[in-house]
Parts: sequence; C-alpha cells; structure tokens
Amino acid sequence: MCLGIPGQIIAITDADMLLAKVNVSGVKREVNIACIVTDDHPVDSCIDDWVLVHVGFAMSRIDENEATRTLAILEELGEVQQELDAMQQGAS
Amino acid sequence: MKFVDEFRDTGKAKSLTKAIHKIAQSLAPKLTKPLQIMEFCGGHTHTIFRYGIEQMLPDNIEMVHGPGCPVCVLPMGRVDDCIALAEHPDVIFTTFGDAMRVPGSKKSLLQAKADGADIRMTYSPMDALNLARKNPDKEVIFFGLGFETTMPSSAFTVLQAEREGISNFSLFCNHITTVPTIKAVLDSPDMQLDGFLAPGHVAMVIGERPFDFIALDYHKPIVITGFEPLDILQSLWMVLQQIEQGRNAVENQYTRIVHANGNTPALEAISQVFEIREFFEWRGLGSIDHSGVRMKESYAAFDAEKKFAVPNIKIADPKSCQCGEVVKGVIKPWDCKIFGSKCNPENPMGALMVSSEGACAAYFNNGYHERKTA
Ligand code: SF4
Repeated sequence: MCLGIPGQIIAITDADMLLAKVNVSGVKREVNIACIVTDDHPVDSCIDDWVLVHVGFAMSRIDENEATRTLAILEELGEVQQELDAMQQGAS
Repeated sequence: MKFVDEFRDTGKAKSLTKAIHKIAQSLAPKLTKPLQIMEFCGGHTHTIFRYGIEQMLPDNIEMVHGPGCPVCVLPMGRVDDCIALAEHPDVIFTTFGDAMRVPGSKKSLLQAKADGADIRMTYSPMDALNLARKNPDKEVIFFGLGFETTMPSSAFTVLQAEREGISNFSLFCNHITTVPTIKAVLDSPDMQLDGFLAPGHVAMVIGERPFDFIALDYHKPIVITGFEPLDILQSLWMVLQQIEQGRNAVENQYTRIVHANGNTPALEAISQVFEIREFFEWRGLGSIDHSGVRMKESYAAFDAEKKFAVPNIKIADPKSCQCGEVVKGVIKPWDCKIFGSKCNPENPMGALMVSSEGACAAYFNNGYHERKTA
C-alpha cells in the first residue's frame, strides 16, 4: 500500500486548495499538491513537474537528473562487467 | 512509463546480478551462515516476488521479509473496532481497499459491508472528505492506516476539513511509525540480520537521518531503496559492498525521490496533527513502544476515537501463529506449522497471510506451498 506511480502535473485546478490535475499514463486525475509546494517552489511553478502520486497526493517531485545519474552508474557497471568477462575469457 | 520502464531493464539487471554474485563469492569463505538482508517494506516484498529476485540471488544471500505491511500488522481487535464504528446507524465508514479483507475476530470489513454496514473503499482520504461534503447528514469516518508514507495524506485531509469547517468528517487514526518497529526487530534476542533495505517512501517523508541509529548503534548497513527491480538489486549490491568493506552507513539508492531531509511540508502537517502514542499493539509482534501516533487534543473534533465510543477490543493472536519469528527472519514461512494448511490466503490465521505484501501470502501465492527442497 506504500507504492506510488509517476505522473506529470498538467494544470493547477485550484491554487487556493492546492489542487492540480496530473496525467498518469494517460489517466487524468485531480491530486493535492501540498507536499510539493514551498516558498522556493510556489504553486505556479508546479506545472510540468514529474511527481510521485500516492493516495491522491503528489508526494514528491521526481528528480530527473538523479534518475539519469542512477541509470548511468548501472550502465557503467554493465560495461565494467563485460570487460572483466572478456579479460577472463582471454586469460583462460 | 517514464521513471518506471528504465528501472526494469533486463540488461542492467543482469550486470547487477553478476556483481552481486561476485561479492557473495568473495565473502563466502568468511561466512558461517547465509547473509540475511531484510527488506522492511511490504512494497519491496511485492517487487521481490513479482520479479523473482530471490531466484537471481546466490545461495548465501537470503531475503528476510519484514513487518512493513501495514495491513498485515492490524490486530484482529482493531478490525472489530472498525466494524463497531461502521455499524453506527449514521456512519459512512471509508478506507483503502487493502484493509477490506483483513479478518477480525468474527468478520472482515468486506463481510460487514455485505451484512449491511455502509462501508466504502476510497482511493484517497480526500475522497472521504468529499463524501462528507456531499452527505452533511451522515458522519464520515476515514480509517487511516499505514506508516509515514500515508500519514501526510491523512494529516492534510484533517487540516483541510478544519479549514472548511467540515464537522461531519473524522479520522480513525491507526498510523504507525517505522523507526520504533525496526528497533523492536533489531532488539529481539534471536535476530540475526546482516543488513537492511530501508523503505523508500517512508524515507521520502522522514528523510535519511532517522535511520542513522541502525548504522551507528546496531552496526548494520542500510540502504534506502526504491521499488522497481533495478532499485532493489542495486541496493542489495550496495549493502553487500558495505559488508565487504566492513562499513555500516545509511546510503540512499533512491535519490530521484528521497532527499536527505525528507519532505518539509509533509513533516510539518504530521507534527501539527499527530502525536506519538505510548505504545501500539501489532499483530504478530505484540505491543511496541512509541510505534503509533494519535491525533492531538486540538484536533479532537476530527478524531473518531473522541467522537465515538471505540470499544478498543483486544484479541490475542492465535497460539499457533509464528508470524513474529518469520518477520524476524528466525524461520521461513513454510516452517510455520500451520502454513498452507490452517493458514492460507483464503483463510488467513496470521498477519503475514493477509495481503499480497505479507511474506507468507507472497510465498504461498508464488507456489511455495511447502518447504522448497533445493
Ligand atoms: S503461516 Fe500464517 S500463522 Fe504462520 S507465520 Fe505465516 S501468517 Fe503467521
């Protein structure tokens, strides 16, 4: 019950009540954005944000750079493994 | 789907699995028993079974499926309390779908609904608040359960009800806290765990620091982990690296979601509405100090425990249940004497058989009806 799903905010529906519309894989639904609105990130700047949607709330903004960085580490790990495999085969 | 498919890539899963096998091999001479790594969260248990992650792991690494399935750990008496509330004549009782099947001492919420109580499944506590707006002549109760992940949504809903002066909405607060629960697992004398995967979405709310004690006081590695298969494999690899290097630290694999300090608006809402309970009763684990929250006195008008007479029914777990030992990694689900026989998903006796996120249900549903002979 603690899983969430990524979605993108496409419109602010009620700035006062902190409600916005998200698009989750084509399904649109209203969510509460209280968790992602701060002084540095006011309501208007939430449009286009990728967020983790959980029980009707945008719980967190998804950090695209961090996602890319994690995947890059794994990519590199794969390359290193391949190289090690090749070395081992060469040695045997 | 963006941020999902990339983290299910089989090529990357293969290289991670290889890296895991390599470390496990180099650790093997030093081990006297398999390494036991606990995933605390039921969401992780779900991913591990759905993607067959255990089958990809070397023999000397064992996953222990922790108590972090909030539905599973609901005591039977609490379900009876819910039904008592739901059977009040003017009440609409609302909750997440997962809670509907949990057995009480006589019936589940689903059966109570069939018997005529007005019980409705909602996707969000906000939907319950909507019901209250639309039905001013009814009392709408939302059964709030779950760890810190779901706590903010309940808190924000109560704050919204207060702002709008919606007086026919209340919360039956059964939220539980992660840290005291992990501590209870670590403090049990038969505990043999070597490392932890920390619940990513709890950390999203509370941040990294609350997990420090696991590294500092208990000297175990712990990695904050996301919910896709690559997240779990990468975190396991990170835990193993710590073990190999003799380090114990809190590391964060799930950086795309989890910030070191957690989520400030969510934490503020939680501390505004909730306070720690002295203790909370769990299925399978007994009573754990400080492991739950209740609503503050200032929100009594929205507190179902204050508005209604909650019977507070106490019913002991059946004697034959061994959920506590399974959760601590002392025994495997199939070692429990009633696993698959008296206790099965259709007719759960113990907590871990209740939802698909519980360890015993996960084993049973994935075809381990008895001990696997390797
Ligand atoms: S089989 Fe049932 S009683 Fe035994 S440990 Fe699992 S859930 Fe608990």
